[in-house]
Formats: sequence, structure tokens, C-alpha cells
Amino acid sequence: MVIGLDSCSKSNNNGGSNTGTPIDVGSGDTGILNFAYALEQLEAAFYTQVATSFYSGISSAEQAILTDIMYHEVIHRNFFKAALGSNAIAALEVDFSAVDFTSRTSVLNTAKALEDTGVSAYNGAGAYIMNADYLTLAGKIVSVEARHASAIRDLLNPKSADFAGDDVVNPTSGLDFSRTPNSTTGGPSIVATANMFLKTKISATKLP
Amino acid sequence: MNANKLLETLDKEISHSSLSRRDALTKGLNFGIKSALTAIPFALLFKPNKALAGTGDATLVLQVLNFALTLEYLESSFYTMGLSSNGLVPSSDTTVISQISKHETAHVTLLKTTITSLMGTPVAEPTFDFTAGGMFPDVFTNYQTFLTLANAFEDTGVRAYKGQAGNLQSNPMVLTAALDIHSVEARHASEIRRIRGNKGWITGASTPGVPNAVYGPGNPVASFPAEDNTMQGGVDVTTLVSFPSSASTEAFDEPLDMNTVLSIAGPFIKM
Repeated sequence: MVIGLDSCSKSNNNGGSNTGTPIDVGSGDTGILNFAYALEQLEAAFYTQVATSFYSGISSAEQAILTDIMYHEVIHRNFFKAALGSNAIAALEVDFSAVDFTSRTSVLNTAKALEDTGVSAYNGAGAYIMNADYLTLAGKIVSVEARHASAIRDLLNPKSADFAGDDVVNPTSGLDFSRTPNSTTGGPSIVATANMFLKTKISATKLP
Repeated sequence: MNANKLLETLDKEISHSSLSRRDALTKGLNFGIKSALTAIPFALLFKPNKALAGTGDATLVLQVLNFALTLEYLESSFYTMGLSSNGLVPSSDTTVISQISKHETAHVTLLKTTITSLMGTPVAEPTFDFTAGGMFPDVFTNYQTFLTLANAFEDTGVRAYKGQAGNLQSNPMVLTAALDIHSVEARHASEIRRIRGNKGWITGASTPGVPNAVYGPGNPVASFPAEDNTMQGGVDVTTLVSFPSSASTEAFDEPLDMNTVLSIAGPFIKM
């Protein structure tokens, strides 16, 4: 046992790609960590596919960056799987049919969306985490996702303000965007955004 | 004696202190270690005051916010001075540096407002010496020196906020704001690091040119390991993948305790 999550209530794996019923991430700290695990599964799968066949004309610098990010997301995903143990949700089947992996623009814009979503998800979940150790772990990951987001955004528009643009960092408060899983403030919910890239849908009915 | 009076008292003590920071710096100690001598008075500013027993969490939250405010004053002042230093920031980089500067100034305003709304008193802005007593004499004339310090401040800021998250759990609104600042500092750090020609993320426990204390262990080291740590939640994450172990050190950023952060920032804060 790694973190002691086994004693928490199990997530309700009441669905899958067979039935079309979403897999619910569960409640409480287990639910939040499974939600994070779901997002990391998505990112890990995305960057793994990117790294399997890099887009046309990729520079060696960009290849190194995307390889690093792939490493990090796979590490994050595998970490959550190990930490959650028997409370982990199933492996999710992804759907990247909307992405053109041969196109730099398509790949980087998808990466940007995934990273920004990840940052906002961790930021929005923090206040709902009960266990201080889990909060610390989430904190250790979210800043790395923000480093990713900054780098991807800069690749898309070098040396502009986009690395921490006004579209994602409030220019008055200097605060990054943060959202709870089901909040639709400012756009589709994080759950809805994730489900755009998932054959196996998730839900977070017991989370805010 | 309430916290505000304590702070005022400490301020008076600091101004009459015979401790010479230059003396400490010239004794040949390493950056970070010698700065601990000068940082002690500031660390005292943020220690829980036992006379306020019973106010517990609320007091701690205010202390954390004033700690954060001190760091934001430092960053805000640093970038403002950098942008107003003729010929320092090349035109190619003014958009980036201005965006960072804008955020740090916004953070100062936000933190002061938050502290006041919680019936606290924001600490006054310190006077800064970004040469750190002459250790970085060309901070505002040599862009590479400026960037190196920016790198140090941003990566330290990320670790500082991360180290305090647990202390803010009693106030969800403040915790969320702190997390939302923390990720912005990480965006800044990534960009500055990349402008300097390094990765946006931290490999191992060092970064070219930046004092090692920024990436070193805190105290206690079990809670605040150095940046080359690969033990997460009891798991050695290097065993979870077949990637270079450097990737495992990059995948997680590490928190740093308040005292160690203040020992890093101390040389830049005049007494």
C-alpha cells in the first residue's frame, strides 16, 4: 500500500465502452485522484502517439520537448495508477480522430488544450482535497503541467505573451484559470473536454 | 502583543541590528548558507505567535499570505526595475518580460487586498538590493545576469507556494488563489528557463548559473526534498517507467519550506 487509498470508498466503475455508460471517477479524495488519473491517461496516450510518429518538419528542439512531455505524462499516469491501486478506474480508450498527427498546428494546439485543461483541473480541485499529502502531490504535478503549457504556447507563438496569455491568466489578478470538473464557466466543462478525446467516457457526478 | 505589533517590533529590532550582511557575504560562505544569517529576522516575521493561541489557522493563513506578498514585492520590483533599465531587456524579449512583470504586480495588489479583507495587515514593501550586496553587480546592466536571477526567483517562487499549500487548507478561497498564482509562476519559470537556453522543467537538482540552493533540500528534508527527488508518495517513480531517470526528476516539482525560501531571498532584501 502506497498512500492508503485502499481504505476509501471505491470508484463506481459502472460503465465502459461496451455499454456507453460513463465511468464515474468516484467521490472524495479518491474521486479527485481518479479524475487526475483520467486526465493523465489522456495526456500520456496523446503524447505517446505524437512521439510514435512526429509531425512533418519537426525540429530537433521540438522533438526533444515533446519527448520530455511524453515522459512526464506517462510517469504521472503510472504514478496515479500505482498510488490508487485497487481504487483506480479502468484504462480508458482514447479517441484522437479529431487530431491530425502529421500537422504541427493540430498537434500543438491539442497539446495546449490538454495542458491548460490539466492546470485548471488541478487548480480547481485543490481546495476539495482533504488529505494534505495528496494536496502536496497534486501541487508537485500541476506546476510541471504549467511549465508544459507555457512551453507549448511559446512554440505556437514564440516570445509573445502567449506563454502566460491573457486568455488563460487573468490580466487583472494575475491568476491562472482554475475550474472544478463539472463547471461550465468560460466554456465546456473539463469532463466534457476530456470526453471529446475519449471513447470510454468519464463522469464526475460526485465531484463539484 | 498582537501580530501587527510583533511585526513592528521586529522591524525596529532589524533596523538597529549590528548584523552586517556584507560581512556575512564576504566571509566566503556559499550563497544560501551565508544568506541564512541575514534571513533570520525575516523568518521571525513569519513564525506563528504563540501569544495568539486560539486564532490558529487564521493567523497561519495571514502569515503565509504576508510571506507570499514579500516574494511578490521582490519579483514585482525586480521586473519593474529591469524594464526601466535602459538597454537591458532586448526588444525581442520586452513582451515576455512585460507580461511577467504585469502578473507580479497584480499578485502584489491581490495579496494586499486579500490580507486586508481577512483583517490582517499587509507587510510593508521592503527595500531591495538586487545586486545582493555586490554579488550580482551587473544585474541591471547585463541581461544574462538579469535572466539568471529571474530564473532563480521564479523557480523559488514555485517551490515557495507549493510548500505552503498545506497551510492554507483551512481557507479554500485563499488556497485556490495561491494555487492559481503558483501555476502562473511555473509558466513564468518555464519561459525564462527556455529563453536562457535550458529546458522549461527542472532536471536533477541544478540549473546552469543559478545558485544550487534554489534546487536544494529544505528543512525537514523528508518533507522538502531537493529537486532530484524521485520518491513520490512512497513510490520510487523511476521504477514505473523505462525512461531516463532524469525524466522522473523533471516530472515532479518539489516544495520548499518558508525558512529555506527566506534564506534564498534574504540577500536581496535590505535591512
